[in-house]
Amino acid sequence: MDTAFSSEDLKFQSEIRDFIKNNYPKELKDSISQKRKTGKELSRDDLMTWHKILGKNNGWSAPSWPKKYGGAEFTPTQKYIFEQECAKAECQYIMPFGVNMVGPVIYTFGNEEQKNKHLPGIISGDIFWCQGYSEPGSGSDLASLKTTAVKEGDHYIVNGQKTWTTLAQYADWIFCLVRTNPDAEKPQQGISFLLIDMKTPGITVRPIKLMDGSHEVNETWFDNVRVPAENLIGEENMGWTYAKFLLAHERSGIAGVARSKKALERIKQIASAEMSYGEPLIQDPAFKSKIANAELELNSLEYTELRTLAKDSAGKGPGPESSLLKIKGTDIQQMVTELAMEAVGYYANPHLGTTLSNEYVGPDYATNISGSYFNFRKASIYGGSNEIQRNIIAKMVLGL
Amino acid sequence: MNFDYNEEQTLLDNMVTSFVRDNYDWDTRCSIVKTESGWKEENWKQFAELGLLGVPFEEAHGGLGGQATDIMIVMEQFGKGLVVEPYMSSIILAGGLISKLGSDNQKEQIIPEIISGKQRYVFAYAEPQSRFDLFDVKCSASLDGENYVINGFKSVVFGASMATHVIISARTSGDQRSKSGITLFMVDIKSDGITLQNYPTIDEYRASEVVIENLKVSKDNILGSIDDSYEAIEEQIDLSTIAVCSEAVGILQVLKDSTNDYCKNRKQFGQPIGANQVIKHRLVDMMIEYEQAKSILYMAVTADLSNPIERRKAASAAKARIGKAIKFVGENAIQLHGGMGVVDEYMISHFFKRATMIGILFGNVDFHMKRYIELTQSDIQSTDESGGISLS
Repeated sequence: MDTAFSSEDLKFQSEIRDFIKNNYPKELKDSISQKRKTGKELSRDDLMTWHKILGKNNGWSAPSWPKKYGGAEFTPTQKYIFEQECAKAECQYIMPFGVNMVGPVIYTFGNEEQKNKHLPGIISGDIFWCQGYSEPGSGSDLASLKTTAVKEGDHYIVNGQKTWTTLAQYADWIFCLVRTNPDAEKPQQGISFLLIDMKTPGITVRPIKLMDGSHEVNETWFDNVRVPAENLIGEENMGWTYAKFLLAHERSGIAGVARSKKALERIKQIASAEMSYGEPLIQDPAFKSKIANAELELNSLEYTELRTLAKDSAGKGPGPESSLLKIKGTDIQQMVTELAMEAVGYYANPHLGTTLSNEYVGPDYATNISGSYFNFRKASIYGGSNEIQRNIIAKMVLGL
Repeated sequence: MNFDYNEEQTLLDNMVTSFVRDNYDWDTRCSIVKTESGWKEENWKQFAELGLLGVPFEEAHGGLGGQATDIMIVMEQFGKGLVVEPYMSSIILAGGLISKLGSDNQKEQIIPEIISGKQRYVFAYAEPQSRFDLFDVKCSASLDGENYVINGFKSVVFGASMATHVIISARTSGDQRSKSGITLFMVDIKSDGITLQNYPTIDEYRASEVVIENLKVSKDNILGSIDDSYEAIEEQIDLSTIAVCSEAVGILQVLKDSTNDYCKNRKQFGQPIGANQVIKHRLVDMMIEYEQAKSILYMAVTADLSNPIERRKAASAAKARIGKAIKFVGENAIQLHGGMGVVDEYMISHFFKRATMIGILFGNVDFHMKRYIELTQSDIQSTDESGGISLS
């Protein structure tokens, strides 16, 4: 057993640190922190600038992709270090839709033409992807999806509605699960995986406002949308296989240990500034014990992630363990956002921390902190709800 | 980064695993705990032959020079068999104190005797009022000519009835709760002045109350220096804490796997009870708790245990977190076994009882949470830049 980084790993770590220090734009940091405070939506540029900088540097925007597809091909340990350093420096995170989701599907199941057409834009960050999986009637029961794609010559005609389409308002392309065979024996057997240009006539995107007031997700409507048949990934009616492959990839980065660690550190700072019973809140036994509890959960999860990583390095691939990381990772994110809200007391109340005439209210660190709490209730629901993750473990690991 | 055992550790793991498999099946274990002595001395001889008694000792004294990971390997497998022989109390804890504090002469004389299985030391530290505070020592030793005379009472000394010698912590100066002024004395457990009140514990191990009345001890039998043993006691208790955490992880694995099997086989309403989602999710949560417990144990054994602050943090983090896992996995294992869970005859209750008693040993969840909080208090930096928290 050896959890120490090798000297090459340490060298890699300082390389990443230096790169972030020298290349993460200060204006981006300011812009994002200003918008978070005032509740303004992050722009496409805010979301993609850092991605583009990383993309130009040996494919660092796609840490685990093979080099032959333009990725960085980091080892699992390097990827872990990279994520840690980015989280410590509070870098804007890389949009997962291209890099973690559709990209690996394209280079694993797509043809040469599709690889050449789509992979470079994902690495460079020039093309913004979104995900068309969920539908109003298909949440956890994804295979029940109803959006249809009917072959007409060399096109598919797509009709239906997708929902919870994260950041569709910025997207150039969407990857969709569509029903190509309504008569298949099992619902899973009639599904195909289709790439669709968001500029195609017949696509309408409508915002869904979340309870914190943010606009992250959308409804996406398809009304006789003509999609070239060459945009089909792999074989027709085999989409479920690709979808499951993608879901396992989606879950692997979901623990968010490094980001939660940073957040917990920030909460301790806030609790040192806040007062309770005439003393800093951080001295309050009840609050201290909640912090310590979150820290222990996080320490355990970090080692669970490292153990998974070590298995990955040995070529055993992400298995159902990623469901465990998703469940505990989101548990902790929710624990942390709640603690942060608790820490600021009354100043959880002002919406976005500004008065109607745009003056700031309360301490800087309290701004939009309750927004985060409310927003993060999503975490145990998205990416396969935590109940669905338990079903997966029960079936795949426990054999129930 | 890897969590695999090296070649020697794999051998050790295989050896202890086959010992438990061959010598500690459930019926054998039941017959051992029912004997008058409550253990099997033959097993101790076998430990000696297998080299297990030498695992944590320096190679210079005939040991294997094992570290926390090696001890984890032994204890985890012992946990799976609920091995009752006093390995932790005698080899890890008392043996650790002798390794740490013994003079060259003492180590040369005693350690080979321990490794060969001829002598077993136990450490008598707890007192009725001390709870988990290692510095709370009323038992006193006063100088009378060339000898010390010790008077006091030691509580719940595990394995004392199987020991040849006892190490006693006694106050040679200072107040009852002062960290300085504690001295260790090693004596033959059959000495005049020592009375053992032996009893079985709820989980079928053996412990004793040790009554010490006018026990005369020569200065030669002092372990370490006078008045100055607290640091070493704390260190060895921390390392023993990590060792019992390893035992607990082995037990938790049995609890979770057996419950899983039981739920697959037990049929009600015409189907296995494990087909119900409420049961499935409970079993998943037990698995998650087990994995989290194992992870924090790995964190502890790979920490820099030679650094006192890191060592204290590692022991308390592991014990607090694993203590919670013990409660969750243990109580749910009983619940899901239904009536079979609460009977003495079936093995699951015995694993639950041992795990629960480990939860108390060397400090419970509250004790270690409090200690962990005190240890991490100084880690907090002052508020730097503005801005709230951001997770995404």
